[in-house]
Amino acid sequence: MSTPNSPLRPEQQQLANQLSHGLDRDQALWLSGFFAGISGSAGSALPPTIPSAAKRKLTVLYGSESGNSEKLAGVIAKTAEKAGFKATVASMGDAKPASLTKAENLLVVVSTWGEGDPPDNAVAYYEAFMSDAMPKLAGVKYSVCGLGDTSYEHFCKMGKDFDARLAALGAERVHDRADCDVDYQATFDAWLAGALKAFPGAEAPAITLPAVAAIASHDGGHGAYDKNNPYLSEILEKVVLNGTGSAKEVLHVELSLEGSGLTYEPGDALGICPVNRASVVEEVLAATGLRANAKLGDTTLAEALKYDYDITTLQPAIVDKYNVVVGDAALQKLLDEEGRVTLKSWVDGRQLVDLLEAYPYKHWTAESFTGILRKLAPRLYSIASSLKKHEDQVHLTIAAVRYHSHGRDRTGVCSCYIADDVEVGDQVRIYFHHNNNFRLPENDETPVLMIGPGTGIAPFRAFVEERAARGAKGKNWLFFGDQHFSYDFLYQLEWLDYLESGVLTDLSLAFSRDQKEKLYVQHRLLERGAEVFQWMESGAHIYVCGDASRMAKDVQQALMDIIAVYGGKSPEEAKAYLEAMRKAKRYQRDVY
Amino acid sequence: MATTIGKSANEGIKDASQYLRGTILDGLANAATGSLSKDDQQLTKFHGIYQQDDRDIRGERRKKKLEPAYSFMIRVRVPGGVATPAQWLEMDRIALEHANGALKLTTRQAFQFHGVIKSNLKKTIYEINQSLFDTLAACGDVNRNVMCNPNPHQSKVHAEVLQLATAISNHLSPRTGAYHEIWLDDGTGEKVKVTYDPPLIDDIADPEEPIYGKHYLPRKFKTVVAVPPSNDVDIYAHDLGYIAILEGEDKIAGYNVTVGGGMGMTHGNEETFPRLADLLGFCTPDQAVKVGEAVVRVQRDHGNRDVRANARLKYTIEKMGIDAFREEVEKLCQFKLQAPREFHFEDNGDRYGWIKDHRGHWHFTLYVENGRVYDTKEYPLLTGLRAIAKIHTGDFRLTANQNLIIADITPQQKSEITELLEQYGMIDAHERSAMRLHSLACVALPTCGLALAESQRYLPDLITGIEAVLEEAGLRHDAITIRMTGCPNGCARPYIAEIGFVGKAPGKYNLYLGGGHAGQRLSKLYAASIRGDDAPQILKPILLDYAKQREDGESFGDFVIRAGYVKETKDGRDFHKDVVEPALTV
Repeated sequence: MSTPNSPLRPEQQQLANQLSHGLDRDQALWLSGFFAGISGSAGSALPPTIPSAAKRKLTVLYGSESGNSEKLAGVIAKTAEKAGFKATVASMGDAKPASLTKAENLLVVVSTWGEGDPPDNAVAYYEAFMSDAMPKLAGVKYSVCGLGDTSYEHFCKMGKDFDARLAALGAERVHDRADCDVDYQATFDAWLAGALKAFPGAEAPAITLPAVAAIASHDGGHGAYDKNNPYLSEILEKVVLNGTGSAKEVLHVELSLEGSGLTYEPGDALGICPVNRASVVEEVLAATGLRANAKLGDTTLAEALKYDYDITTLQPAIVDKYNVVVGDAALQKLLDEEGRVTLKSWVDGRQLVDLLEAYPYKHWTAESFTGILRKLAPRLYSIASSLKKHEDQVHLTIAAVRYHSHGRDRTGVCSCYIADDVEVGDQVRIYFHHNNNFRLPENDETPVLMIGPGTGIAPFRAFVEERAARGAKGKNWLFFGDQHFSYDFLYQLEWLDYLESGVLTDLSLAFSRDQKEKLYVQHRLLERGAEVFQWMESGAHIYVCGDASRMAKDVQQALMDIIAVYGGKSPEEAKAYLEAMRKAKRYQRDVY
Repeated sequence: MATTIGKSANEGIKDASQYLRGTILDGLANAATGSLSKDDQQLTKFHGIYQQDDRDIRGERRKKKLEPAYSFMIRVRVPGGVATPAQWLEMDRIALEHANGALKLTTRQAFQFHGVIKSNLKKTIYEINQSLFDTLAACGDVNRNVMCNPNPHQSKVHAEVLQLATAISNHLSPRTGAYHEIWLDDGTGEKVKVTYDPPLIDDIADPEEPIYGKHYLPRKFKTVVAVPPSNDVDIYAHDLGYIAILEGEDKIAGYNVTVGGGMGMTHGNEETFPRLADLLGFCTPDQAVKVGEAVVRVQRDHGNRDVRANARLKYTIEKMGIDAFREEVEKLCQFKLQAPREFHFEDNGDRYGWIKDHRGHWHFTLYVENGRVYDTKEYPLLTGLRAIAKIHTGDFRLTANQNLIIADITPQQKSEITELLEQYGMIDAHERSAMRLHSLACVALPTCGLALAESQRYLPDLITGIEAVLEEAGLRHDAITIRMTGCPNGCARPYIAEIGFVGKAPGKYNLYLGGGHAGQRLSKLYAASIRGDDAPQILKPILLDYAKQREDGESFGDFVIRAGYVKETKDGRDFHKDVVEPALTV
């Protein structure tokens, strides 16, 4: 087993390889605990403790939606402490931008969502930070790390915005911004090491990147499995929830955790490492003219394309890299400034194979071809079950993505991997992604109002299961919507049982296509506005899960309208009311 | 108010229902389920609505964590089976907009819609009422749709018997305000126009139904009017019947009243059996409604409310005896019934194709397989009839055999309607074997909750199998009645067919033989639990024998008794007796 970034000397690595060879899962787990114990007592290997008075101050500011930035902020803080900083971590969800004036050294890690939007709980912070009211930040030394996804148009826009704005406010950039793609670890590690060294003061101590990686990967303390070392989980059940006649295909999937020691909380997400479909690999190989069994490192090209690389996503960024190798003059015209708009519409609905066929190249090698590809990223799904109800299991609600474009049937890489390529009894690679921004209230008496149309229902199945298992006395009100009552009422029988037993206090439904006028959950919210406001006033937590581009916005507007109408407030006051709820963690969203 | 609550569960539901209201309104408002509560499902029958579900996909839906695919069957009350072209067009529209696209003509001259989901239920019932039909009492423990002979041969008396059917239907309608409150409140407070607008009971001042009391009848109650020589309405299979007695060609002297017919029974319970109606006596036309009300009242007070399986009028009469029953009826009527008059029935089938009446108007009887009016690419029947309804100036008449008469076509319109009949392939719809034209099947699977086996989806195929035998025997043009039901309740009146199949389990049927060709005699079990697919082979030797050995004019039902295949059933009490299991060689 070869591990990238391994801190081991070659002979140590060899020993480790011998030891790990042929371990069963329990043995591996035991050993991981054993080594964890050793690392705890290996304090002597760390730099000597520096008196706190002498420590340089570092502010770590993060804006996090799914928890990645939050996790990395923790990594930054821990790493910085070891490097002699006194680190303070601040969330854009709680902090005030003006307090940045007090910062000396500042590291920002922020993710970008949707159409170049800030994380959900950083919207207010972002608006204030960009406004004219923001004080100057002269004297602040900073560096920014943006998290994003090159498959979106506004890649790392937040990172770029914060970077530019900090400079405009007079702060001093001591280290260049990093723009991380989905597979962020290496970029992040390099940025962090560079940034910590760039701050003035005592000479930088040795910062070992593996230490960063180790902290990152073991963050959350949930066993030995993570994104880089996923758990092989057996599929126990897989069923399409939509009735015959539906236009939708939403899968309910049950996965086994038996013996893994893995745990999760309702609100967490599950990462699945997909496998590219054999037919797609074949198409891509055919279009490159490369052989399936071409050597690539210690594997074959076909294997690498199947497991390691994203061979479907097509974005201008990939076309850029592509043409660096291919050097096609016509394609280059599209990559130039005037051609860019045409390129954007050309890639829309197309995939890598279309590019390979449209601008063929005869001289690909396995190395040059994979060199332009991104790593195949895992996909996150909101967990639909509670461990209290389903011991040793995790359930998901996955919409199979299928469409036809530019003469080809296309399938979602991960959703259709689950839908078509694996069956009950097969194993899939999974890991848990904890999300502290989507949590049930600790107080079981607190009322909970959940808004989750479509697959947005998933975490609320987990929530309601959890509340039922806990015997929580608080009221539960669920808003669900989809196309048709008859086919698309996800988990209907379970909701009917919860209504009957009283666990579910109320269930409001919006089936958009059962009548002439389209009806959505926000309409149901508005219909019941007086009661919704009463719930808010009585301390209810409001949760929204599902589509970010429209639903979450419409629902948020409906909530503000309700606050305005039934609370007798101006639009600005209503916005502030909801923002206060968000800060108090009483308004949480898990939208995508 | 003192009440006597019987043991049967339905009696308790009726008692607590506040005159058929129950919690139907709450149930309609509950958007989380397509179902109504169990008790309300019993009560909505009185409103003409049966909750059903697609049984084909029950298991699949459970696995998908979805409740069964609930929908509702709505039965439209059509006294005498007569609809105007405007009403036909409305039924057509409702079938397409709110139901499954098919318009079902029932064995009791009613329209039926299938597949109406709960959220469309109120709208659908409202629109049916707007068309001047209603659904009240189309099912439930009340007098249901009153049938009458639509026979265009005697078109002079048709108007009069239709009038009687309508009068009885109106008189025996429930008077609860529940129906109007639940279905006809359009939210404006305006009074909605309805078919028949009787004075409704006021729950406070006048808390009882004038005829039905608080608990309605112990069981369903079915009424028909026949005009001999046609027994198309199957008078002997009904609780209450009127046989028109004619003086000369076009005057009705009065009616022979029949009571106590009924088909339903329970497999394995010999205390339940089909029974033919008895002749009660003769009444004049002006006495007819009064006699009907008296029969209903006697049944209301003497019917069995403890055991639902024995609650029909037929068991009340078995218990009381026909003479004691007549006495009670006469006591309530305050007049005596006369002795029954002579009459003669020839058959219970329909006469297909064109008929000209005494005024020179034309009538076309259209064969409709299983009464299902819907479009297929090959045979766009619904579309064809819509085209006719748009120009037709007469009326449409639903027959008791699930066929349709396009009635009262003026000589001027005949050619235009003929063209449409040709254009849509309806003109020769009846060019089929006589057996197929004399077949009847109930709905059964997948929607009927009672079905034990297939019926309307299966009988056409089974007849195809038997037709091979008929061809061999040379019986293609001989009318032999053949009927199938998916359960023993007998909606298609299988126990008076010459060949009857009654479902026992998926693919398995009891085979009955020997029913009267005019529906005047019950059949007898010939073979129990046979595979439906084996039926052609089982029937083959008997049909070949019939072709060779029958006497002149002898019907198949008469023949199988004479030839000893089955014993004659002379009385409902004997239905389960003298069954001889044949040595089947299949």
